[in-house]
Amino acid sequence: MKDESIAISLSVNGVKHEAVVEPRTLLVYFLREHLGLTGTHVGCDTSQCGACTIHFNGRAVKSCTILAVQANGAAITTIEGLGREGVLHPVQEGFREKHGLQCGYCTPGMIMSGVSLLQTNPNPTDEEIKHALEGNLCRCTGYVNIVEAVKWAAEKMGGKPQGKGKN
Amino acid sequence: MTTEHTPSGLIGASIRRVEDPVLVAGKGCYTDDIQLPRMLHLAFLRSPYPHAKVISINTTAAKAMPGVEAVLTGAELGERLSVPAIPMVPGMKIPPHPLLARGAVHAAGTPVAAVVAESRAVAQDAASAIDVEYEALPAVTNAEKALEPGAPLAREELDTNICYIATKKGGDVEKAFAQADHIVRMHIASPRLVAMAIEPRGVVAKPEPTGDLTVWISTQSPHRVRADLATAISFPEHRIRVIAPDVGGGFGSKGPLYQEYALACHLALKLGRPVKWISTRSEDFVTTNQGRDQAMTSELALKRDGTMLGLKVRVVANLGAYLQSNTAGPPQRMMAMAPGCYQIQNCHVEVVAVFTNTVSTGPYRGAGRPESVLNIERLIDKAARDLGMDRLEIRRKNFIRPEQFPYRTGVNVEYDSGDYEKSLAEALRLSGYENLIRQRDEARARGELVGVGISTFVEPSGGAGFESGTVRVERTGEITVLTGSSSHGQGHETVFAQIAAEKMRVSMEHVAIRHGDTLAVQQGVGTFGSRSAVMGGGAMAIAIDRVVEKARRIAGNLVEAAPEDIVQADGGFAVAGVPEKKITWRQIAAAAYGRPVPGIEPGLQETVFFDPRREAWGFGAHVALVQIDRETGTPTLEKLVLVDDCGVIINPMIVEGQVHGGVAQGLGEAFREQMLYGDEGEVLTGSLMNYAVPRASDMPPLILGETVTPNPFNPLGVKGVGEAGCNGAPPAVANAVMDALAPLDIDHIDMPYTAPKLWEAIRAHQEKTKK
Repeated sequence: MKDESIAISLSVNGVKHEAVVEPRTLLVYFLREHLGLTGTHVGCDTSQCGACTIHFNGRAVKSCTILAVQANGAAITTIEGLGREGVLHPVQEGFREKHGLQCGYCTPGMIMSGVSLLQTNPNPTDEEIKHALEGNLCRCTGYVNIVEAVKWAAEKMGGKPQGKGKN
Repeated sequence: MTTEHTPSGLIGASIRRVEDPVLVAGKGCYTDDIQLPRMLHLAFLRSPYPHAKVISINTTAAKAMPGVEAVLTGAELGERLSVPAIPMVPGMKIPPHPLLARGAVHAAGTPVAAVVAESRAVAQDAASAIDVEYEALPAVTNAEKALEPGAPLAREELDTNICYIATKKGGDVEKAFAQADHIVRMHIASPRLVAMAIEPRGVVAKPEPTGDLTVWISTQSPHRVRADLATAISFPEHRIRVIAPDVGGGFGSKGPLYQEYALACHLALKLGRPVKWISTRSEDFVTTNQGRDQAMTSELALKRDGTMLGLKVRVVANLGAYLQSNTAGPPQRMMAMAPGCYQIQNCHVEVVAVFTNTVSTGPYRGAGRPESVLNIERLIDKAARDLGMDRLEIRRKNFIRPEQFPYRTGVNVEYDSGDYEKSLAEALRLSGYENLIRQRDEARARGELVGVGISTFVEPSGGAGFESGTVRVERTGEITVLTGSSSHGQGHETVFAQIAAEKMRVSMEHVAIRHGDTLAVQQGVGTFGSRSAVMGGGAMAIAIDRVVEKARRIAGNLVEAAPEDIVQADGGFAVAGVPEKKITWRQIAAAAYGRPVPGIEPGLQETVFFDPRREAWGFGAHVALVQIDRETGTPTLEKLVLVDDCGVIINPMIVEGQVHGGVAQGLGEAFREQMLYGDEGEVLTGSLMNYAVPRASDMPPLILGETVTPNPFNPLGVKGVGEAGCNGAPPAVANAVMDALAPLDIDHIDMPYTAPKLWEAIRAHQEKTKK
């Protein structure tokens, strides 16, 4: 296996990295174990839970569904790359403000999905938020305050969330 | 944003959590985030068979793989190492629970061999290169079937599948039944559930140069796990340091010592290198304690006017194949609250606890409570239907009344306080109950299937022995609290700091809450059974009182006033009537650790081991409105109203969060979740592909309400709330679904209410009426 190692080059949170990886290395393990970015979590092995959600060239994806070698040349953002030093991103702030987290394990993935939603839809309805978070499981919060957190962030970011959903 | 708050008014305020800035930034430290130099990785080969003899294990190929450090089987491990089970019930049978299978496997997922290697991937590769020859044995996975004559023995070491039979009784049950005008009989089975904490279980074991052992475990109970670990690997408890770092949910399932933890420690000590094991989700589905799976056969005796006379319940509890330290917990809990909110003094409750070839069961959010509430609340609805009574009237008639508390129930358990009528009234008000009934009747007239369901319930909390708290005023006057109650998402660092700051008249920044490290924290118990605020909070509150009393004496000495003239003031103390004459915590601490104060022992720290010897009985009432599509069977929860009474509320935001989470798990149970086994005992729902955890869009709008009945036996007046949501919501839904199906003469269907199941029931009715 090791003989087949492949060199990759990618940008993570604005920093360029060159590395040599086994072809089977999943992107999530590359981020966690090679780069030490442990904010991206692993919660399952069937790409269901979304705890590993990151931004891949600007889109929210589950980093357990991608091989590290597929990220060659890509620009990745992880939870550690959100916000600025000492300043939380509004979605991060929203999760705290609205009690959108308890154990915190699903939270980085939830936040990355929430940020991605607001980039494409700054004024989501409740239903649109729930739909956007379909790929992220939370077992603590019942999702109630997660939806509230994303709405809070949307408002903070200038969008005007439309209150209750269409149906 | 800041957590700067004035010291007064903290208790009862929705303070934003102290924990969150780290967690939302991805800077938490969970067990898998721990990387140590020279660390090895542990992986297991697990049995795909639910029951089999192990004929041979060939590890040659695995051992030869580059990067493999050790391969171990049960035979090599010897007899000595096993998972200790506490005999929670006298006389219970405790069959062997070795760290690795010895000669036979009794559940799919039983570890047969272990591999330690330089990386996770190599360890997994090597585990799959191990060749095992099995001889399949007949398996049984359903507990009631396991009791039938001729059923396969789940544990062939025993001559029975029964682990124990336990009973609780009170009054004269036979007489009560002889006097009854009507007897309701039901069989109700609660589904087997997976706890599914999003962080899978895990451990990192590190041998120290001193010969000590440091272990990070994703656990709810670091001290308990340490003691069991010491027993399991025959290693001195006082040389083990267990740390629960950030823990990504537990819901009861992360309570016990699991065999992988013991094995990681054993191997780390043996190899002299750190060893990490992180469960995959697939492993989690076949190794982590599961919940529910109790089947209740009940009889409720009533007078014609609805007065409850007696209750008989026989619970068949599926324990799984191996006993964990807390496997017997949920059936015991079920028994202890069988009569629910009602005055039924004649009770006979029997638990038959059964071994099967399945994953061990144990506490999962509710842990016997939801089974019990489901049972009594379905019985009472059926009684109302049979007797032609209103379901509110029959409940009100039988409620334990506020003036009867403390109340000893028919199963000899004392409830501290309650006002069930009050919470029911509030739930009816919030739900617009009359309107719901009208809506239902109109829909029913149109031929639609709509039902309204109610559940009232008790939520016992606390218990499980003591909890500890240490309050220490440091030399600078800052305050450290060490609590034995170890958080895994509940927000202890916030809630406990609110209590300490208010009681000690300082800002929250002045207080640090420490938990989850056996080196720092005195012996403790942990977080489960809705016990943290009641037990950990209670211990801390008493320790604070003692510190304050000692500080008062020191302050009196400093200003040459009598201690009784010293009163608490913001930031410390003052002389009564002279508010400007302040003595700060810093001044008091300087004296406590500095020049000796005559007659006062140096230092300013108090430790309390708190055991009120009674539980705190929260309660509530939930109302559900359900619509079922006649064509597809699809149920829709249109409305859910949840009124909970957990006594004094310390942080409303956190209480609401607990209710939301409990309800979500309750609705998972009601509509979607069930761990299933096939006819041969094979696992059918072993991953998130086929085990249906609720997603964001599955959650209906929730309407929350509260009543406050302070706990008279707790220093803070609090009761637990962590399990309320999953106690009350599923029976409310079950009663609503059965109400919706009432026009079809369907008496009872067990949860989960999936569309196919309801469609089958509707179709069966149509077939019957055609004939």
